[in-house]
Amino acid sequence: MSASLVLLDPTSERSPVARALSARPPSLNGLAVAILDISKARGNVFLDRIAELLAAQGVRVNRYRKPTFTRPAPTALRQQIAAENQLVIEGLAD
Amino acid sequence: MPLPDGLIVVAKRDCPTCGLVEPLLHTLAAGAGPLTVYVQDDATYAAGVPGAVLDETLEQSFRLGVEFVPTLIRIAGGREVARTHGWHRGDWQQISGLPTLGAALPELRPGCGSKTLEPGIAEDLQVRFGQTGLTAREVAVGEAEDPIEACYDRGWTDGLPVVPPTPQRVLRMLAGTTRRPDEVIGMVPPDLAPCTVEKVAINAVMAGCKPEYLPIVLAAVEAALIDEFGMHGILCTTMFAGPLVIVNGPMGRAVGLNSGVNALGQGHRANASIGRALQLVIRNVGGGRPGEVDRATLGTPGKYSFCFAEAEDSVWEPLHVQRGFAREASTVTLFAGEGVQGVVDQKSRTPESLAKSFALCLRAVDHPKLAMAGDAVLVVSPDHCRVFIEAGWSKARLLEELTQLLLLPGDEMVAGAGGIAEGLPAAMAGKPCPKFRPGGLLIVRAGGGAGLFSAIIAGWAASGPVGSIPVTKEISA
Repeated sequence: MSASLVLLDPTSERSPVARALSARPPSLNGLAVAILDISKARGNVFLDRIAELLAAQGVRVNRYRKPTFTRPAPTALRQQIAAENQLVIEGLAD
Repeated sequence: MPLPDGLIVVAKRDCPTCGLVEPLLHTLAAGAGPLTVYVQDDATYAAGVPGAVLDETLEQSFRLGVEFVPTLIRIAGGREVARTHGWHRGDWQQISGLPTLGAALPELRPGCGSKTLEPGIAEDLQVRFGQTGLTAREVAVGEAEDPIEACYDRGWTDGLPVVPPTPQRVLRMLAGTTRRPDEVIGMVPPDLAPCTVEKVAINAVMAGCKPEYLPIVLAAVEAALIDEFGMHGILCTTMFAGPLVIVNGPMGRAVGLNSGVNALGQGHRANASIGRALQLVIRNVGGGRPGEVDRATLGTPGKYSFCFAEAEDSVWEPLHVQRGFAREASTVTLFAGEGVQGVVDQKSRTPESLAKSFALCLRAVDHPKLAMAGDAVLVVSPDHCRVFIEAGWSKARLLEELTQLLLLPGDEMVAGAGGIAEGLPAAMAGKPCPKFRPGGLLIVRAGGGAGLFSAIIAGWAASGPVGSIPVTKEISA
């Protein structure tokens, strides 16, 4: 047996097996963008600059911070980001 | 790959008859030409016999099609020329060519079942080493991924967890039908995607069906695809309806479909999973998902699953007989059903009074001021049914009486009457107006033995040729 489990596709197989990324918006007009700092060292330097550039374009930016980069974001924070924004940017590395 | 000439013995330690023949294997190895011994369970069996191999994966046993142990096979010219199983002294002597083999042993001892046929093993071996005949696309789930969550993530569920459709489970499901996995049974709306028996089996696994339910699920899917049923419209309507499956005949009883206590409720695997399997086929094969093509304003809990059997009675003609099938036939009848509305009448002891109660309650289907719109199923409980049977009223008689009682006064039904804007066109004023179209009221008997309650399952307000007509399909093995 292979290491991974195999399931049989119950669908009409008209969509690819690999799940597609969410559709990208054609513009940022009127959208709220979350900037999530995952608490990696100096991630804020990069994110501050992104926030500046977005703000200069008139895009609404909301800032969030995870308590630690070692764990997934707390559920309440994920729900808050999803409720208040349409897009999210996070810095993944230091 | 051609088999090497000589003898093959397949055995397992756990089998007393294999133990009986174990001392003979040295004799076979020494005197009957090349010998291979495949041992299914324990390397100490036949230890020291040249040619003894532990068949740990059971691949050799599977490829040889062994059903019993011990099995003795003679290969000549690369193909099998003789086989016996268990200990039959004469057979072993003849196949081995050793006329005194096991002379001291009893003449006959039956063998045991091969490990290849143990529950859960056979399908696994077929997937690993055999030709499964399955053609559905394989979707690999990561090692660390929870398979149930993987099914959610891929959009395959109705909101409740599904049983992950592994090839092994699907093969077990397909054993429930004699139909070929690649048989196309129709095009499923809304995408009009071709649906094979295999796709139905996959969704039946996910819904929690047992293999023995598969013929009923297949009949339900086929019925849903009959043009008059209008499955596309039922799916995409803003109204409430979903396919209700009513099962008649011996096959429903054989698989334990509930027609008694809580017949319209939860708690019975066959009821819950057969109705759900149909809905999963519509969702997954047809692409009918809520919020997409399914535009229901409110929907109904029956869209998870809605299936029950009629509690057939020797006096009242069952639904399938009314619809032209033999009493011993097994059928599914599909109805575009909304929810369940209770009829509480604990005082009527005459059929006249009870029929009037039913008629009054049936007026509420869709709206008391609408008519000829939605069909309805009247589910008569055994306690209520007894009132009719004891008075000599057949089901057909009740239907006739209800038809008369449901000729409603047009004056009360027209738009604006009673200060309610909803209602029939003004032209209906002064005329008797039948609540249901001809054939639009179905009566079935179901429910527990205590309770002077019946139930109305209203149909889609676009019943009849404009939308959906109830359909009945015979279940075949």
